[in-house]
Amino acid sequence: MAWYLLALAGLFGGLVGGMGMGGGTLLIPILTMFLGVDQHSAQALNLLVFIPTGLIAVFIHAKNKLLDYKVFGIIILPAIATAVGAALLVGRIKSETLALLFGIFLILIGLFELYQAIHTSINNKKKINKPIIKHNLYPPRNKDF
Amino acid sequence: MIMTAKKVCGLVLAGVFIGVINGFFGGGGGMICVTALLLLGLKNKNAQATAILIMLPISIASAIVYYSSGFVEWDMVLNVAIGSVIGGIVGAYLLKKLSNNVLQYIFALVVIAAGIKMLI
Repeated sequence: MAWYLLALAGLFGGLVGGMGMGGGTLLIPILTMFLGVDQHSAQALNLLVFIPTGLIAVFIHAKNKLLDYKVFGIIILPAIATAVGAALLVGRIKSETLALLFGIFLILIGLFELYQAIHTSINNKKKINKPIIKHNLYPPRNKDF
Repeated sequence: MIMTAKKVCGLVLAGVFIGVINGFFGGGGGMICVTALLLLGLKNKNAQATAILIMLPISIASAIVYYSSGFVEWDMVLNVAIGSVIGGIVGAYLLKKLSNNVLQYIFALVVIAAGIKMLI
């Protein structure tokens, strides 16, 4: 497969990810639908590709003191345990079935994002329509004055 | 964030769910993680940053399992990774310039379309 097509797919996924939306969620279908990559391989590729980008981001966020290590400490063990279990299970599933399940997952993620986008739009509108508070023309006088 | 028993339970449950999703689908866990952390009271920037810290070891552990199952095609990894890192930097830069949520609408619709295409 041409290297530039793969790099282009990565570029697009990275671009979306860098903007704070699910880069991997989009990279996987790009790889399978447009470049004919097998579903399992596309998922493995996405996991590996995230590692260098994630490392750079974590380094920057640590410098900016944005990381909550307490939350990390609680969440990480159950997350790793179930991730390993699920990754082992994936190996037993046919690629076609996995692609189908991934399709359903994408629709759910998309609907959730759509809901959030609508919610944000409504909130922004509310902010714009808020009546402007009139300045108090007669502020309370300073007692010493 | 002050840790109550309820919040600890919430975090453990979120961890279980994020792990299952990211291990099974090889992605998508980050978005769920950010939402969960926001719901549990983290500020926006802290939630986004901490989610990456959480996704990193999960992705490494899952990638090791995928590798041992023979799903990694190394010749493709480097090319996609180079594109992805450049795209990530450009995307983060663009994010500062684009503030409205039109992008979120586009992303949602593209993802739904891709999902439907995968089902047909």
